[in-house]
Amino acid sequence: MSPDPAHGTLTGKGGAGTSAPSGASAALGPEAHVMVGNADLFVNWARKSSLWYLLFATACCGIELMQAGASRYDLDRFGAVFRATPRQSDLMLVAGTITHKMAERVKRLYDQMPEPKYVISMGSCANTGGPFYKDSYCVVKGVDLIIPVDVYIPGCPPRPEALIDGIMKLQKIIMQRKNYGAKA
Amino acid sequence: MEAQAIFDTLQGKFGDAVVELQGEGFSPAFVVVAPAAVKEVSRFLKEDPDLSFDSLMCLSGVDYKEKFAVAYHLHSLKHRHAIGLKAMLPRENPSLPSVDDVWPAANFHEREAFDLFGIVFEGSKDLRRILLPEDWEGHPLRKDYKYPDFYHGIKV
Repeated sequence: MSPDPAHGTLTGKGGAGTSAPSGASAALGPEAHVMVGNADLFVNWARKSSLWYLLFATACCGIELMQAGASRYDLDRFGAVFRATPRQSDLMLVAGTITHKMAERVKRLYDQMPEPKYVISMGSCANTGGPFYKDSYCVVKGVDLIIPVDVYIPGCPPRPEALIDGIMKLQKIIMQRKNYGAKA
Repeated sequence: MEAQAIFDTLQGKFGDAVVELQGEGFSPAFVVVAPAAVKEVSRFLKEDPDLSFDSLMCLSGVDYKEKFAVAYHLHSLKHRHAIGLKAMLPRENPSLPSVDDVWPAANFHEREAFDLFGIVFEGSKDLRRILLPEDWEGHPLRKDYKYPDFYHGIKV
């Protein structure tokens, strides 16, 4: 593929093995491959296809998250692989109960992630406090009190299918972003 | 060794500091001791060759509304017998000697009882909150605990 100065788009003929004459319009024959597209579409597609998630499991939802990442459910096929540091992560999967002591750390980890960043709240505890909603002094009643959440996955804990469904819903949300994901 | 025999041994050694044997409904039975004598009794239970309670299985705080208690569950790997130890404490300023130099495992349990019940273990190596944040106010497992409305701006 070589850049075509006349049209400002990428052109190619027959793939990388064939060298097109540079600067000549001879490359634009009837079988020329011209890709014209929306940059948003491309950027969003790239983002949704490489959702690296932060390993952040605080309770039994973490076990389902590990299962979803392992070979049987294979989250890797969505381009979602786990990262052990927030600085390389696009997605924070809050899997488990968040206590008031942990809340500060959750916020700090979220702040360390580079933009654009997304949050999935997995399971009842992260959604609302779940079984600890009433009469608990130490559990935060929903992680959305601390950080903004894109997708909520119900379940206690949700099965890996539900988690994959949540990630696909997040992918749909990402594909709807405009202007490189800038806030509207 | 049976609970009654352990109780008799302790009473023979410590006299009035060993108050009673609570056998009904408890397995293992509890020997109730005076708070001030807890450390000496613990050391004897561990070091006496016929008793040799080398394992502190659990140490818990209890709130009986009119008073507090600390319950110790002991087990001997050598003789395969077990006994409970209990110390009753007043509701105002509950405190008793720490046993963390008899069984080092006691430290985390004592910190938990301090964190959630506010029971002070005198002479402890490291008595800090273990579960709740350092700046938490109050001791939540007390029956008269009042929940705060907010903690660091997050609704409780």
